[in-house]
Amino acid sequence: MGNRLLRSSTVSDRLFDAFVYAYAAFVLVITLYPFLHVAAISLNDSIDTVRGGITIYPRKFTLKNYEMIFSYQHLGTGFRNSALRTLIGTVLGVISSSMLAYTLSRKDFQGRRFVSVFLALTMYVSGGLIPFFLLIRELNLINTFAVYILPGIVSAFNVFVVRSFIDGLPYALQESAKIDGANDFTIYWRIILPLTKPALATIALFVAVGHWNSWFDTYLFNSQAEHLTTLQYELMKVLQSTQSSVDYRARNMNEVMAHISPESVKMAITMVVTLPILFVYPFLQRYFVKGMTLGAVKS
Amino acid sequence: MEAATWTVKKNMTRKERAVRFFRNAVRNRWLYAMSLPFVAWVFVFHYLPLWGWTMAFQRYRPGRPFFEQEWVGLEHFRALFQDELFYQVLRNTLAMSVMGLVAGFVVPIFFALMLNEIRLMFYKRFVQTVSYLPHFVSWVVVAGIVTKMLSTDGGPVNELLVGLGILDEPYPFMAKGKLFWIIVTLADVWKETGWNAIIYLAAISGIGPELYEAARVDGANRIQQMWHITLPGIRTTIIVLLIMSIGHLISIGFEKQFLLGNNLVREYSQVLDLYALNYGLGMGRFSFGTAINIFNSVVSVILLFTANGIFKRVTRESIM
Repeated sequence: MGNRLLRSSTVSDRLFDAFVYAYAAFVLVITLYPFLHVAAISLNDSIDTVRGGITIYPRKFTLKNYEMIFSYQHLGTGFRNSALRTLIGTVLGVISSSMLAYTLSRKDFQGRRFVSVFLALTMYVSGGLIPFFLLIRELNLINTFAVYILPGIVSAFNVFVVRSFIDGLPYALQESAKIDGANDFTIYWRIILPLTKPALATIALFVAVGHWNSWFDTYLFNSQAEHLTTLQYELMKVLQSTQSSVDYRARNMNEVMAHISPESVKMAITMVVTLPILFVYPFLQRYFVKGMTLGAVKS
Repeated sequence: MEAATWTVKKNMTRKERAVRFFRNAVRNRWLYAMSLPFVAWVFVFHYLPLWGWTMAFQRYRPGRPFFEQEWVGLEHFRALFQDELFYQVLRNTLAMSVMGLVAGFVVPIFFALMLNEIRLMFYKRFVQTVSYLPHFVSWVVVAGIVTKMLSTDGGPVNELLVGLGILDEPYPFMAKGKLFWIIVTLADVWKETGWNAIIYLAAISGIGPELYEAARVDGANRIQQMWHITLPGIRTTIIVLLIMSIGHLISIGFEKQFLLGNNLVREYSQVLDLYALNYGLGMGRFSFGTAINIFNSVVSVILLFTANGIFKRVTRESIM
C-alpha cells in the first residue's frame, strides 16, 4: 500500500511499530514451534527422545521411526483410502458445484429460485447425527467405501462460492454463444468451466482438505472394516491410545510400539498425515483467499 | 432475452400458462438435466434425515415399518429435560460456544489490524501464509499437538513454565476439567485465527487511501488512523460476521471435544452432539438421541432468525 510508505517519525508510531512486529513474531513462533517440535521428535532416535529436552531439531537423527510406522500395514491401507477418497470426492465435488452454480447463474432458468432455496436451507437445518446414521444404515452404506463419497457430493456453500464467481463474469459471453447456436451444456463446458478455474481451484482445495482430514465417518460407519480405514482414523486411534490409556489401543500398533516409544510413533504418523497439506496449500493461497472473500460476501 | 419471454403476464389463462411453462421447460432441458440429479441427491442426504425426526415421538424400534411404531408423544423430551446430565451438557455447550464466539471474533480482527500495519511486504506475506497453516490441518492432528504441547511428560509448555520458575513441577493441564473450556477455545483460536482474518484483510484493503492521507494531514498518528479509519471501515463486515456466528452459536460440533477430552474432564467436555452420540447412538436409544438432535436444531434456527431479525433492523438487509 503506497499510502503507508511515508516514514513514521513520532515516538508513539515507532513504539507502535515495535509492538506490531513483536506481535507478528509471536504469532509466527506459536504457530510454527509445535510443527517443528513434532518434526524434530519424529526424526529423533526414540530412546534418546525419552530423555526429554528436544526442541525444534533432532538431537540424534534417524529415519527409523518412519521405517517402523511404514511397516505397519494399516497405515498403508489408510493412506490408500485417504488418497482415493480425496481424489474421487474432489472431482465429483467440483463437477457438482460448478454445474449447479452454472444453472443458478442462468437468469432464464425456471427452477432457479427453487433450487437456490432448496440448497440454501441445507446450510441451516440438519437432521442431526442419529437420523443420518439410520439413513446410512437403511441405504446399506455401512462398511462400504461409498459412504466416504456419496453423502458429501453436493455442498451448498461451495455452490454459492462458484455461483458468485460466475455472476462476476460478463453475461454477454453466454448470450453470444447462445446466438451462435451453442446449447446450455456446451456453454458450461466451453465457456464457464475454463473461466471459473480460480473458483474451482478454491473449492477443490476446500473439498480435498475436508476429505483428507475427515475421520469421523470412518469411526462411525466403517470401524468394523479394517480394509476401509483412513489415515486420520489410524492417527486418531494411536493418539487416543495413551491419552485415556484404557481402551482404543490398536492391536497391531502394540507390536510397533514395543520397538520404539509411542511418542515417536505418534509424532511420525502426525508428520505423514500433515506433510501432503503442507506442500499443497501455499501454492493455492491466492485462489483460496479470493474464494473465501467471494463466499463470505454472498453467503 | 429469454428471461423476457418467461415473465408471466397477468391476463393469461391457466392453459396458456401451462403451455408456456412446458415450452420453457423444454428450452431449459439442459439446465434441468444438470441440476435435478443433484437436487435429488440433496433431498436424499439432507432432507430425508429430517423425516427421521418422527422417531423422537415414537418408541422407535429398528426394522419395523413406520406405521407399526409405537407413538409416545413428548415422552423422550420429558425424559431429556428431567435428565440432570442434560443440563450439564447444555452448560458445557453454551459455555464453549460463547467463549469460542468471543475469542473467535475478537482475535482475528486484532490479527488483521496488526497485519495491516506491517510495512515490510515479504514479512507480512510470510506471517499471513504461516497463519493459514493450522486451518488446513485436521482436528485429529491439532488435538495431538495440543496434548503434546501441554503434556506433563516433557511438554514444551510445562518445560518453559518450570524453566522460568513459574511452576515448581509440571502441571497436568489436560486432566483439569476447569481448564478444558479454555484449552478448547485457545486451540480453536490457534487453528482458525489466520483463516478468519482473511475476510477482514480483504475489507481493509478496500478502504480508500485518501482517507489515510487526509488523516495524516490532520496529524493523526498510526494508532489513531487504525482506530478512526481502519476499524470503522470494516464495521459492516464485522457486524455481518458477528450475526452469522450467532446463528451458528450452538452448532459448535463435537470434534474438538471428542478429540481433546478424556475421562478425567468428562464433566466439562461433553457437549450436546457427544451426548446424543454416547447416550443415543451408543446405547441404541435412537429416539432419545433424536430428541437431543431436534432440541439442538430448533435452538440453532431460533438463534439464526433472531440474529437475522436484529441484523435486518440494524442494516435493512437480510443475510439469508
